[in-house]
Amino acid sequence: MDRVLALSWQHLSLSVTGVLLAAAGGIPLGILLTRHRWLAKPVMAATEVIQTIPSLAMLALLMMLFGLGDTTLVVSLFLYSLLPIVRNTYTGLLGVEPSLLEAGKGMGMTRGQLIWRVQVPIALPVILAGLRVALVTAIGIATIGVLIGAGGLGTLIWRGIQTRNNTMVLMGAVPAALLAILTDAGLALLEQTLVPRGLKKKAVSAL
Amino acid sequence: MLSWTEFLAVKGPGILSATWEHLMLSLGAVLLGTLIAVPLGIILARHERGASVVLGIASTIQTIPSLAFFGFVLPFLGIGVVPAMTVLFLYSLLPILRNTYTGIREVNPAYLEAGIGMGMNRRQLLTWIQFPLAFPVIMSGIRVSTVYIISWATLSALIGAGGLGDPILAGIHTYDAKLIIAGALPAAILALLVSWLLGLVEYAVTPRGLRQR
Repeated sequence: MDRVLALSWQHLSLSVTGVLLAAAGGIPLGILLTRHRWLAKPVMAATEVIQTIPSLAMLALLMMLFGLGDTTLVVSLFLYSLLPIVRNTYTGLLGVEPSLLEAGKGMGMTRGQLIWRVQVPIALPVILAGLRVALVTAIGIATIGVLIGAGGLGTLIWRGIQTRNNTMVLMGAVPAALLAILTDAGLALLEQTLVPRGLKKKAVSAL
Repeated sequence: MLSWTEFLAVKGPGILSATWEHLMLSLGAVLLGTLIAVPLGIILARHERGASVVLGIASTIQTIPSLAFFGFVLPFLGIGVVPAMTVLFLYSLLPILRNTYTGIREVNPAYLEAGIGMGMNRRQLLTWIQFPLAFPVIMSGIRVSTVYIISWATLSALIGAGGLGDPILAGIHTYDAKLIIAGALPAAILALLVSWLLGLVEYAVTPRGLRQR
């Protein structure tokens, strides 16, 4: 049981690391794209192509660059997380009502203040929805990290499959599924609370 | 170490048949998923209360990590094509179901009014107005589903169902870069190609008046 807990923790921290790295790159990138919109199309297309590559193929190809182990897994989680994060940041910021921006300008806000005090707070639920999708996907992909020598709950599932030990398979599969479902539900709840009070009536469309 | 030409001479036919296997496995699952999810989505569009329950269940299934899912069915269905197909089929449901549901629901009510005014009955409204207008949205659900399934089908090699996962896994185990590339590259190309082709279909089935730009 201790082993399951330790592996669950490892699983979660690997997934979170990959997604946080992607957020650190993807959110500024998304903000940047709203300033230079002609770049949006090619950048989105590129992240979409990355997303389309089958996960096992991606892990195997990256393994040749980064070797066996956690690094390869985290790099591929980073790559897979870019699309939902960049896309949601971009559409979230563009979805802010122009009248609110006008109001900010009228109050003498600079461009930086408009971004950080108006656009980002209003877009925060949408950005978070992107992070949620990214993290749930990452938790899923992290289970196959075991095939390229990374840790996490995939270890139990894979060893169980190989030794035809169903109990072991389930000891990995059940916590992995719970982890994904609980993360999804928890972050969905957080999204709700982050909607600025004045906007709560309208439903926020999470992509 | 073999050169690429020698490698392809030896492994080429095997890779080709694995690609074919992969495609058939994926398309079979998506076809099955479409046959179930599209009618179900149409029914759900008429029963709102049932819809939130069914869509909730489908999205929970979608959340389950793929390797975990393959692990779940193993004790019950064993190894081979049948359990792999079952998992892939279940995964294909949500995007198609959700898109059919929203596609049908988001048809502009004015068009329905017009249809009713022309004396159409419910079935005629569905076949002549709702379905054609929702079709592009449904197609985009099928496209998303297919891309996912092609990705997950690489994992079905783990439970002995073949496909391009076979060379990738063998390559990982023996640390053979050529074998990895020979499996990973066709898998990636397959996914990109199918996504592009289905994108074209999506555009073609969009009624001309609704196309953007």
